[in-house]
Amino acid sequence: MENIKHRYSLASNTMTEYVSTTPGLFPLPDWAKDNLSDLKGHQKHDLISGDEGGEIAAAYEDAREEVIGIQQDAGLDRIAEGQLRWDDMLAHPLAVNDAVETRGIVRYYDNNNFYREPVVSGDLEASGDVAAELETAAELAGDDSLQAVLPGPYSLADLATDEHYGDEAAFLGAIADFLEGEAAAFPEVETLFLLEPSLVENAPEDGVDERASEAIDQVAGAVDADVVVQPYWGALEEKVYAHLLDADIDAVGFDFVANQEDNLYNIQEYGATDDISLGLADGQNTLVEEPEAIRDRVDWVYDQIPVSEFETVYLTTNTETFYLPYAKFEEKLAALAAAAELAEVKAA
Amino acid sequence: MSANEDTPVTVNENKDQFRPEDHEHDHFLLTTVVGSYPKPKWLNRAKELYQDPDHEFDEDDWQEAKDDASRLITAEHERAGLDAVVDGEMRRNEMVEFFAHRIDGYEFNGPVKVWGHNYFDKPSVVSEVEYDESWLVDEYEFTAAASDRPVKVPITGPYTLANWSFNEAYEDDEALTYDLADLVNEEIEKLVEAGARYIQIDEPALATTPDDHAIVGEALERIVADIPEEVRIGLHVCYGDYSRIYPEILEFPVDEFDLELANGDYEQLDVFKDPEFSKDLALGVTDAHVAEVESVEQIEENILKGLEVVPPEQLVVSPDCGVKLLPREVAYGKMANMVEAARNVEADLDAGNIDIERGAPAPADD
Repeated sequence: MENIKHRYSLASNTMTEYVSTTPGLFPLPDWAKDNLSDLKGHQKHDLISGDEGGEIAAAYEDAREEVIGIQQDAGLDRIAEGQLRWDDMLAHPLAVNDAVETRGIVRYYDNNNFYREPVVSGDLEASGDVAAELETAAELAGDDSLQAVLPGPYSLADLATDEHYGDEAAFLGAIADFLEGEAAAFPEVETLFLLEPSLVENAPEDGVDERASEAIDQVAGAVDADVVVQPYWGALEEKVYAHLLDADIDAVGFDFVANQEDNLYNIQEYGATDDISLGLADGQNTLVEEPEAIRDRVDWVYDQIPVSEFETVYLTTNTETFYLPYAKFEEKLAALAAAAELAEVKAA
Repeated sequence: MSANEDTPVTVNENKDQFRPEDHEHDHFLLTTVVGSYPKPKWLNRAKELYQDPDHEFDEDDWQEAKDDASRLITAEHERAGLDAVVDGEMRRNEMVEFFAHRIDGYEFNGPVKVWGHNYFDKPSVVSEVEYDESWLVDEYEFTAAASDRPVKVPITGPYTLANWSFNEAYEDDEALTYDLADLVNEEIEKLVEAGARYIQIDEPALATTPDDHAIVGEALERIVADIPEEVRIGLHVCYGDYSRIYPEILEFPVDEFDLELANGDYEQLDVFKDPEFSKDLALGVTDAHVAEVESVEQIEENILKGLEVVPPEQLVVSPDCGVKLLPREVAYGKMANMVEAARNVEADLDAGNIDIERGAPAPADD
């Protein structure tokens, strides 16, 4: 937290603030992998249902405390709760909901990872599951800035199956209402990351792209925090990007690990939000970037685009980090924190 | 075209080298497995003892346990009546880890999540990969000595070895795949020298990224370089959108494709009818993901599906995939029923009782 104060004192004029952070969804510490495997089991019906208690809840609490501690030790500027309970990754908020039935194990995008298919079979209502996680994280984070993480409405709708609302527009609207309700229950957070990989992986068609942007706008409006929309595994199609800029959000994220050319093109052609999130460290590879290399990539992005200054630049991994072994994940956090320091110093 | 004309049974030399001398029918549908099989519970218990530093169970004891398990499962495959057997991969922990431990250039950094609380030690390639110790020659020699039947050797393919690792050292996964393919080639040469005649390359990763089929094809060219013609090379691909890899895969330099089709109720069967399937088809006829033994009659019907794609001399009968996740008695039941069904279909073929339209259905307005 000393860092942050220091930076603001440097930033007396129109300085760019560099914020090291992550899109959340961390790997469990290895002891927690073992412990929770034993407590919960390995099968589909053993996964988190949202009403866990006792030893399982206690193990998650210990693990949460640990991952918050390592973010603080690394000097990250935003502290994520870690989403360690999210067995179904981005589908978690639905997987634990009463109006949802979980079925078979399905592939998570193009990865060797799987989640339970959430089938919405009744009226969705926010349950406060994510807010409850954030409440405990807020206590642990103390004076540090807390960051909330949610799936974006388009991605969550894409990961789920609808057997209740009937058509695509109604379903997206229901998911947006649901996420808005979850977000409205959050404690005070500095930042909200909405993760939207489906905007890249399963790009919305004409008309749907506009509705996706409106749905994002709706969820963003539920919190009094800076909202970053982070698509990944490539670049957005032009029209999708253009519509996304219409939403009242603070920053769009760019996955410069997966695709440089098309992301730059979007910024060059359509401009950007006042803040920007740069996915510059690879969330899916154990090769740990040097902080200097990450800082150089920031400079490289600046060299390529017409915008001369952003108010805030988030430095992050391009994707969630649960793909990584725990020790490498820790190293990535440290690299991002150090890179933000370097960028700040240089800008000064 | 119908198969019930009174013509002599066509010879497929590569496949017929595995025909038992006392085979009772003129037709021969080679029966085999994909590879993995449930481990006996005592083997997992033995592993725990071996990994417990406070226990006296040592390296020799652990080796003996694996040898016993290998003999046991090879015999179980024989008892089920399979024509080509495997030891059920009793010595292998996981299909990428096992090989990565034996290849220079890999390191391990800890477990990563696959789903829920299922993890694997996804390795990282940190420098150029190099051949070090042999991977499978000991396993093959032991199994071959334990059985009178031909032994099939499954090997994880280079594309999957690359794709399911972290790549820290190579420009891209394609370059890594080709280097790994050269190592697989070296291992197959050693296996062939030791007497192996039936090799299966497993490429489950192709199901996730079907657009990379050309990389798998190029890797296979490297794998089979200088391997004698009579060595049977199969390629196993798990469930995916087969229309995205067919007919391109027919160009691959392999003798046999081992395909998972029972799990999808043969919905994708038509994909393989046009153009004509020019390789041998190892058809999945029992579902590896359903813990219920299909009846002999059901499996016979599944085998007949294969005859819609290839003539009997090109058909091999196999489960969809490795069966290691099934309860052991269910896995055995599936093998035994599968062999019985294959023998029944052979008898029907011999008797000229099977009349199946093969190939693409004629257009209705023809």
